[in-house]
Amino acid sequence: MSQQYYETKDLQDFSNIGEFAPEQGKKFFDYYISSTSGGKLSEREKALIALAVATVRHCPYCIDAYTNKCLSLGLGNDEMMEAIHVGAAMVAGDTLAHATQMRKIVKQKEM
Amino acid sequence: MSHTEQQELLEHLNSSQSFAERLKACSSYPLHAQAVETLQMNITRRCNLCCRHCHVAASPDRSEEMSREDMEACIRAAAHPEIKTLDITGGAPEMHSRLAWFINEAAGMQKRLLVRSNAAILLEKQYAHFLDIYADAGVEVVVSLPNLHRDRTDRMRGPEVFGKIVKALGKLNARGYGMPGTGLVLDLVHNPVGAFLPGSQTALEEDYRTRLGADYGIAFNRLYCLTNCPVGRYLDFLKRSGNLGQYIGMLKEAFNSDAVGSVMCRTTLSVGFDGRLFDCDFNQILDLTLSSEAPVHIRDFDYDKIARREIVVRGHCYSCTAGAGSSCQGSLET
Ligand code: SF4
Ligand code: SF4
Repeated sequence: MSQQYYETKDLQDFSNIGEFAPEQGKKFFDYYISSTSGGKLSEREKALIALAVATVRHCPYCIDAYTNKCLSLGLGNDEMMEAIHVGAAMVAGDTLAHATQMRKIVKQKEM
Repeated sequence: MSHTEQQELLEHLNSSQSFAERLKACSSYPLHAQAVETLQMNITRRCNLCCRHCHVAASPDRSEEMSREDMEACIRAAAHPEIKTLDITGGAPEMHSRLAWFINEAAGMQKRLLVRSNAAILLEKQYAHFLDIYADAGVEVVVSLPNLHRDRTDRMRGPEVFGKIVKALGKLNARGYGMPGTGLVLDLVHNPVGAFLPGSQTALEEDYRTRLGADYGIAFNRLYCLTNCPVGRYLDFLKRSGNLGQYIGMLKEAFNSDAVGSVMCRTTLSVGFDGRLFDCDFNQILDLTLSSEAPVHIRDFDYDKIARREIVVRGHCYSCTAGAGSSCQGSLET
């Protein structure tokens, strides 16, 4: 048993996640590939979205994979950082938006 | 690192599955050449630049260059009807004292003639006349522009080189290069500035076209994406930066059996500055000469022996079969 939950080389295992449930695995990969490939949005735009999601979701594998992909597609460090700020702003925004619930309850309860 | 040290290091890293074993697993070993369609000549190790990824370790301090006799032998060899392209590279080919003479000789051969130029050199007074020499002889010009971000290209090639390349591209455009209807071909080369693989050639070409057009008014014909081969200075960089193991792992992971049939050595013969023959210029740097059944020097060129030779493969060959594949002509069409 390895000593750490997350290891860099685990990223290479991603293609094997269909093990034990190959039918669903195949469906997932078909979906994953078609969703992340260029379409109406370019491959570059999708790579930036994926990078922002990966950082918001704190997934070390996806951050590694999509930082590499962004570099491979020639995206600038400033473009990657801007995408991450979109993610960060969304997290801050949706946190603050939920303050509405708190404010509503406070107003309901206070004398 | 000496070529022996480079070979040993690559062998050690590939001990888990050698390239030959990988080829065997897809019934492609031994790998044989199909033809010689391109004669690639590394005519000099001299260069005005000293790029951090340069696999031939060229620099202003190097002095090696191909002799006139060996250049003449290249012309004799290239007269073979199957050889369609003469591909001149270096170093900076312009720094070879006989490049102008050679272009003049080769231009009459009805072959495709291309020169790989770093373009920055075309701004130097001493070499600016090559702009006209190339255009007059209809030479195809291939310019390496690793990245559209100024800072990245400059980190790889040296301070202010990005600006010089763009300026030289403008001069080539002004002579008709890369412009519709002129027949003067200007191709660009992208390669990763770091320890990662190139992305899709189509996506990158579109981005280059849009940004170079909008930001600098530059036009070009095609963009080729090259995977950096772990030899020469690039191997030093990988080792020094602690990326070597992971990079080799990435190349192996991205192995694409469909790319094997189209690797460039199957249709290209590489001639070193000393006239010796190699399967490609990466093998040249590792001093892996042609397999024993083929002649070792351009003066002994024998088409039939060379066209079907067995290719000498080692661990660095994984860089030609990663993803969409890579060659001097960019991603491989399989
Ligand atoms: S990569 Fe090209 S331009 Fe740079 S040092 Fe090497 S030969 Fe010269
Ligand atoms: S590195 Fe050279 S010999 Fe090896 S596959 Fe690539 S072109 Fe062929």
